[in-house]
Amino acid sequence: MHLTRPAWRRRLSGLHKKAPSAGGYSLSLTAEPGGGARLVLAGRLDLGGLEQIEGDLGGVWEQTSPKRLVVDLSGVTYLDSAGALALGQLEQQAAARGVELAYQGLGPAAQGIKGLLDWQGLARQPLIPAQRYAGLLDQLGETWLAVVRDVYLVIAFLGEFLAACGRAAVNPKLLRVSEVLLYMEQVGVNGLPIVGLISFLLGLIMAFMSSLQLKPFGANIYVANLVALAMVKELGPIMTAVLVAGRSGSAFAAEIGTMKVNEEVDALVVMGYDPLVFLALPKVLAAVLTVPILTLFSDLMAITGGLVVGVAGMGLTAGSYIDQTIKSLNSGDILTGMLKSATFALLIAGIGCQRGFMVRGGAQAVGTATTSAVVSAMFLIIVADSIFAVVLHYAG
Amino acid sequence: MDDIIELIDVHKSFGKQKVLDGLSLKVPRGRTTVIIGLSGGGKSVVLKHMIGLIKPDQGQVLVAGQDITQLDDRELNQARRRFGMLFQDAALFDSMNVGDNVAFPLREHSKLNEKDIMKLVTEKLAMVGLTGAEVKMPSQLSGGMRKRAGLARAIALEPEIILFDEPTTGLDPLLTDAINRLIKDTQERLNITAVVISHDLAGAYRIAHNIAMLYQGRIVASGTPDEIRASQDPVVQQFIHGRAEGPIEVL
Ligand SMILES: Nc1ncnc2c1ncn2[C@@H]1O[C@H](COP(=O)(O)OP(=O)(O)O)[C@@H](O)[C@H]1O
Ligand SMILES: [Mg+2]
Repeated sequence: MHLTRPAWRRRLSGLHKKAPSAGGYSLSLTAEPGGGARLVLAGRLDLGGLEQIEGDLGGVWEQTSPKRLVVDLSGVTYLDSAGALALGQLEQQAAARGVELAYQGLGPAAQGIKGLLDWQGLARQPLIPAQRYAGLLDQLGETWLAVVRDVYLVIAFLGEFLAACGRAAVNPKLLRVSEVLLYMEQVGVNGLPIVGLISFLLGLIMAFMSSLQLKPFGANIYVANLVALAMVKELGPIMTAVLVAGRSGSAFAAEIGTMKVNEEVDALVVMGYDPLVFLALPKVLAAVLTVPILTLFSDLMAITGGLVVGVAGMGLTAGSYIDQTIKSLNSGDILTGMLKSATFALLIAGIGCQRGFMVRGGAQAVGTATTSAVVSAMFLIIVADSIFAVVLHYAG
Repeated sequence: MDDIIELIDVHKSFGKQKVLDGLSLKVPRGRTTVIIGLSGGGKSVVLKHMIGLIKPDQGQVLVAGQDITQLDDRELNQARRRFGMLFQDAALFDSMNVGDNVAFPLREHSKLNEKDIMKLVTEKLAMVGLTGAEVKMPSQLSGGMRKRAGLARAIALEPEIILFDEPTTGLDPLLTDAINRLIKDTQERLNITAVVISHDLAGAYRIAHNIAMLYQGRIVASGTPDEIRASQDPVVQQFIHGRAEGPIEVL
């Protein structure tokens, strides 16, 4: 005998789903005499409908607060562990409200499914905290902290690296000369084609663009000055450094990072090698020795590019262009350009190695380190270049 | 009997995860100690503490009576001279061929000439069943072969103490037996101290003088193979009989 109270029957209309369709489920809630309630579930209680089932079951408590709840499962045609989870949550909610809950039509198969759930395990705190969406201020703070931590790590690495340099200076046998040569080849010789090509095109473009501006004034010949000075003082070191960061800084980070992941770095340590001397020093040294030469090559190629435009497009003779170029440059400019590029090389190789040594975990961490090596190197190059600009301005 | 390695009340956490929780362990000199325990239970971490690759948050690691947690880098390097180590994934140098990998510690730490080194390399590789693999690159080797090459490198210098991190995991039964025999022979012939992590209990019973079981960050049982076999500890029982039910929550 169902004594239905129309008032909350009406409010339950959202909960009331008659006639389970294939793959659907239905739920109906009726009051029973003596302050009890009866919840009839039918159809499929499965993962596909979990979200709705959970919502509907949770909604039961908003509609009624019975002393006793009978859950009738006799119409349930399919129950999986997701359905059982929803039922379990209903049990917990009932227990929390002090409501007595009883099942009807709970067959052995359904009982078996319910038995699969490990409630203790589900109640345990997950090791991975749920994704937290931090506010803007939080994010700002965290990013800032990460940057500070990163700067600290880089400075700590610098200290250790300098100590390693000291050890190698005291005991030069520690330095692997063959490795230095190998990396000089990788950074320098193998980098020649791309550095040459880009610089040549850069010189070409610069000369062409500036010739358009200078032609009306009859100042064609000053294209040579412009290309030479811009390249030697600024663009040569920067362009070369950017290319080296992309080619070699990333390679250093990937190489050391992979060794870190494979425990090769640990193996080195165990065998009494100093990983900084063994792995980082040859790379940094090779870069510092090679990049200035690479920069000179870049300058030369850009000037060649300018020369091509000057001769082919502006009616200058090769001789006068070269003459003008030589007149515009002094050895001080060339030397500071090389000093700059040596500094850039130190930064690129150093940060590449540092990012490599920071790798923890697997292949993904190596990828992150590689990207970070390039991005950080670019940043450091620009910062160093600004410092050079200021210092050279006041010193010169 | 004196203990060449002793871990006293070692605690170690990685972030929030507590891996070692007051672990104490004695490794007797000139003996083989096998450490058993669940995967991910911290066995490799214990081994890395012994050789100073990981510093404990708290506790002491004594090697020949010297607390290596207090040493500076140079002294630590000195202390590491006593050790050879086989890493779990062999940790071969990918950029060198197998021969150079095995020769690597010899070139650094011995005054042998190149000809003698190569002779030793050939001999060590033969011992682990890798004759003729000198010129192969590590990437060309199977997991089991890498492990054996790593083993050859670990024993190349014939150090006083050798740490083996799962030397037989992933090998076929015949090779497992051969490697176990190699560890036993090496240990007996040179009277070295061996610390072996192993999941192969049959092998462990054969090579071990002592077995220690790591569970929940501590050594819950240690003793001779017979003592371990006879242990009434439910955790040990469950582990050595390989049962999913028991005090250890497997899943
Ligand atoms: N360097 C590390 N940084 C962070 N966590 C680590 C590190 N080394 C080990 N762990 C963690 O410590 C636990 C024990 O690892 P391990 O000693 O490798 O187990 P096993 O007993 O299988 O050798 C693992 O959960 C692992 O993730
Ligand atoms: Mg391990």
